[in-house]
Amino acid sequence: MSQQQSTPPPKPTPIPQQDNEFYWEKAKAHELWLRKCSDCNEVYFYPRDISPCCFSRNTEWIKASGKGTLYTWGITVRPPTPAFREDAPFVLAIVDLEEGCRIPTNLVGIPKDPDPEKMAAHITHGMAVEVAFEDRTDAISVPVFKPVDS
Amino acid sequence: MAELKNAAAIVGAALSDEMGKVPHKSSMQHHAEAAHNALKDAGLTKDDVDAVFTAGPGTLQLAEYLGIHPRFTDSTSVGGSSFVIHIGHAVSAIANGLIDVALVTHGQAGQSSRGRAGGDPTAMGTQYESPYGFIGAPQNYALAGNRYMHEFGQERTRDAWAEIAMSTRKWAQLNPRAYQRGDMTREDYDASRWITYPFHLFDCCVVTDAGGAFVITSLDRARDLPKKPVKVLGFGEGHDHGIISQMPSVTSLIARETHKQAFDMAGITHDDLDLRMIYDSFTYTVLLTLEDLGFCGKGEGPDFIKSKTLGPGGDFAMNTSGGGLSYTHSGMYGMFLVVEAVTQLRGEAGDRQLDVCNTALVHGTGGSLSSGGTTLLGID
Ligand SMILES: [Zn+2]
Repeated sequence: MSQQQSTPPPKPTPIPQQDNEFYWEKAKAHELWLRKCSDCNEVYFYPRDISPCCFSRNTEWIKASGKGTLYTWGITVRPPTPAFREDAPFVLAIVDLEEGCRIPTNLVGIPKDPDPEKMAAHITHGMAVEVAFEDRTDAISVPVFKPVDS
Repeated sequence: MAELKNAAAIVGAALSDEMGKVPHKSSMQHHAEAAHNALKDAGLTKDDVDAVFTAGPGTLQLAEYLGIHPRFTDSTSVGGSSFVIHIGHAVSAIANGLIDVALVTHGQAGQSSRGRAGGDPTAMGTQYESPYGFIGAPQNYALAGNRYMHEFGQERTRDAWAEIAMSTRKWAQLNPRAYQRGDMTREDYDASRWITYPFHLFDCCVVTDAGGAFVITSLDRARDLPKKPVKVLGFGEGHDHGIISQMPSVTSLIARETHKQAFDMAGITHDDLDLRMIYDSFTYTVLLTLEDLGFCGKGEGPDFIKSKTLGPGGDFAMNTSGGGLSYTHSGMYGMFLVVEAVTQLRGEAGDRQLDVCNTALVHGTGGSLSSGGTTLLGID
């Protein structure tokens, strides 16, 4: 009983790794940065030094515009872990960024309703979205996306 | 390359003693029981085994637990499809004379495990998806299924998913070991609670404790063993991503590639099949797999399903055990596809036995729609 009343445990927080420390540093400053291959010009997610497109080592960091469209989404009604108990129902999303790569995220700013079909009425595939940031801990902020007009 | 078609056969296949809700048994107990039962079924002993295959826990732990010192070891672990993929690996090793008897095992206390959840913090899914609640298969697969609805029509997709759920349940009603055997109407399907929209509860597999195992040896040796050999006719495997957000298209599975090699090797076509065992972690998994295996074109799955009768007595026998949706799903379900195909091919399926079952397709999907393995099996 008291378990149900208590604050949910913290959501999973990434532990920055050697290949993505820069990404999380920038996210902390509420900026979204991506890796770009200087040889084939492909922009890719998630960050890694060697391009997964042509295997070039000639890659760089670029600052993303933060704009994109909604590739697909779902609404989690049954929280997958207790950490998400108070968030549910919430919107899972995969966003196609303007730069040409795809990022997993949450779609925020959708009126919450216990009936996911009512929430779904506010969401369409391909809708324009833009980045926002959620501060999770002192060290970690995560990029989320919201409808452009909200 | 050695001739792979008809090089080897499955000569034993079995389940663990108890399945469903088995709170008093660990995952390894399910492994060991299934291995014991499968070897007995094959008329072989532990000492005959010189090659071990498993996924989840590696073969180091498995072989130690069983007391086997193999000379060939394969822990290929690419999700629930792994055991289907192990077949091709074992056949390749047998055809090349590297091994004699391969044991493939699975055990998972999917419901009753005393283990602790929580992924490797350095895994890509943990780093980039878990913070958003992409945790567990329903989340990842629902995202994909929703895109399918968008591309190919919401209502017809929903009808197809419901039909898959209901017809699979009808098969489960004929299987005494099935976990869910109650009637399911369309109203029941529609009224089942939301898990992750657009998935209802009845779009999702059951969660059980279960184990299974099978034994493969050369066709020559198989002919001297008690059970009718189930010949491996062809196989193919592959994957095109790990985590769902990296999937090139969430409406196209690697099955589009894996089935080609399997059919080419076997020298048969879709029309030769009597049974299709299609991984059904979710209703959507089945719809997508049927298309990518080439039973129909992309986006045509809903019409194809409408044109067939999937349940008992129908014209398109599929998932006759009751599938992951109703029979059993311990987490890595692929093992049970193989065991059911062997059971049907041997004519040992009891009330759910098909009148004619000489050729079967097994297709496993693992990870987040990530990996695929197609295997074709046949009996003389
Ligand atoms: Zn490149």
